[in-house]
Amino acid sequence: MNAMPGAVTDGMVIAWRTLKRVPRIPELAIFAILQSIMFVVLFAFVFGGAIPLPGGGSYREYLMPGIFIQTLAFASITTAIGIADDMTKGIIDRFRSLPMARSGVLSGRTFADVVYTTGILAVLMLTGLVVGWRVHSSVGEFLLAVLLMVFFTYAMAWVGVFLGLVAPTVETVQQLGFLIVFPLTFLSNAFVPTETLPDVLQPIAEWNPISVLTQATRELFGNPSPFPTGSFPSEHPYLLSVLWTIAILVVFAPLAVSRYRAIDR
Amino acid sequence: MAAIEAEGLVKIYRSRKSEVRALDGVDLEVQEGTVLGLLGPNGAGKTTTVRILATLLRADDGRARVGGLDVTREAQAVRKLIGLSGQYAAVDENLTGRENLWMFGRLYQLPSAEARRRADELLTQFDLENAGDRVAKTYSGGMRRRLDLASALVGRPRLLFLDEPTTGLDPRSRLGMWDVIRSQVREGNTLLLTTQYLEEADELADEIAVVDHGRIIARGTADELKTQVGGERIEVVVHDRERLSEAAGAIAPDGSASLEEHTKRITVAAHGGAQQLVDVVRSLGDAGIALDDIALRRPTLDDVFLSLTGRAAEQRDEETDE
Repeated sequence: MNAMPGAVTDGMVIAWRTLKRVPRIPELAIFAILQSIMFVVLFAFVFGGAIPLPGGGSYREYLMPGIFIQTLAFASITTAIGIADDMTKGIIDRFRSLPMARSGVLSGRTFADVVYTTGILAVLMLTGLVVGWRVHSSVGEFLLAVLLMVFFTYAMAWVGVFLGLVAPTVETVQQLGFLIVFPLTFLSNAFVPTETLPDVLQPIAEWNPISVLTQATRELFGNPSPFPTGSFPSEHPYLLSVLWTIAILVVFAPLAVSRYRAIDR
Repeated sequence: MAAIEAEGLVKIYRSRKSEVRALDGVDLEVQEGTVLGLLGPNGAGKTTTVRILATLLRADDGRARVGGLDVTREAQAVRKLIGLSGQYAAVDENLTGRENLWMFGRLYQLPSAEARRRADELLTQFDLENAGDRVAKTYSGGMRRRLDLASALVGRPRLLFLDEPTTGLDPRSRLGMWDVIRSQVREGNTLLLTTQYLEEADELADEIAVVDHGRIIARGTADELKTQVGGERIEVVVHDRERLSEAAGAIAPDGSASLEEHTKRITVAAHGGAQQLVDVVRSLGDAGIALDDIALRRPTLDDVFLSLTGRAAEQRDEETDE
């Protein structure tokens, strides 16, 4: 893309227009939060009693980091829908006909979505406090956990951009995103300890980026984190969280950019 | 000087099942300060042509220059010169009219204060002041089109591409849109306009190019095209079938009228326009022939197509414009 002096400004303008829709369509944010709260209620009060934590501890404290990471992963679908919507409504064409930095459309969108999702995350943390989730660690560790999550959100936003650009309609992207993200979050340690899973699924669940991020944030918040010891992911959740996030970014950001450039084909 | 020139543009849309030659060698030339109307039915290749010239789409073959710049190699420079208003209103429907215009101004690289001034100016010019602070989602079809066109003008472009600016608008909004477009022409801007309506091309364009199957099949002024089609005609439907030939004789003693027995319809070329209509009414009245209907009919896109290709514009295969 052109390294124009206006690239940053253009990105900020796009970010501004992306965030403007949050108060204009409050349903979107409210449903995103309600969906996560529904999972909190479902697992904390319905299934939670039936899920034993090896080594004990509060299931609700165990649950909340899983909910956070799940929410961040689902946020990529929001990005994908936004991009697909812009594509079908012709607003992307309008942007492409303007003498703006071409990078602005994608960089602005991903930046705005990180800001938006971080806001959702803050609301969920408050919700967690209400149902009994607590942070038992230092401020530094808490901030490190937030940093990991924000970085992960950014990487997932690029997955969303790519999906939004390749999907032909908004409906497709919604289905597609759900099909990818839903199994990913459930085949993880977000809701149940991985040792309760069948043997074949255990290694998959342990290496799952959702699992390593959940594990890392659980440890950083000082929440119960009964990962079976001995496997590589359980011993190195921080390293793998960072590596996974970088890997997602390195794969999907260039894919999205080249796809965006190829719109004129 | 030619503000827009295209030579042998080819665009092929490939999918797994088929290959559609959307453009099959389009040549165009629009002189600076003039209006070219690209006339054709859906799927003829009008939108594809505009998208290539507006740097949104890359041609598979051929060359195009806009404002003297190559649309592929100098795309970013071309974008500084052009304004594009699409068939589908491409504004952000969650922003207000004012916010939309400010945003596009910023992306045209105007400073924030100047973008704000320009937005105010355009809202006034397009009669949208009262709706300026309403979210675009709430706009009527006509207002949306006006906002879309205003968005295209934010950067004061010398070259304007309007893709079916009035398709789907009610007649009143259409007339309003024509006024706005005409004022752009008066300012000396170059315009390329696509339309499905001969009447619209006639109203707005200096020259018309008729597109079909990705090719330009005719070009000329509206008058030239109409002459080719046979111009206006008068249609008369008589009340009594028995008096059909008598009526035809009264209307055109030279026998130039054509008769349609089962609809009781007589058609005659109207070189004399409205005055001839008056004459026809008078001579039929004098002869005491009762009428069911009489009309002065202008040639439509269908007539142009019929005379150029021998088929109606609507008889299309399943091609689309995208």
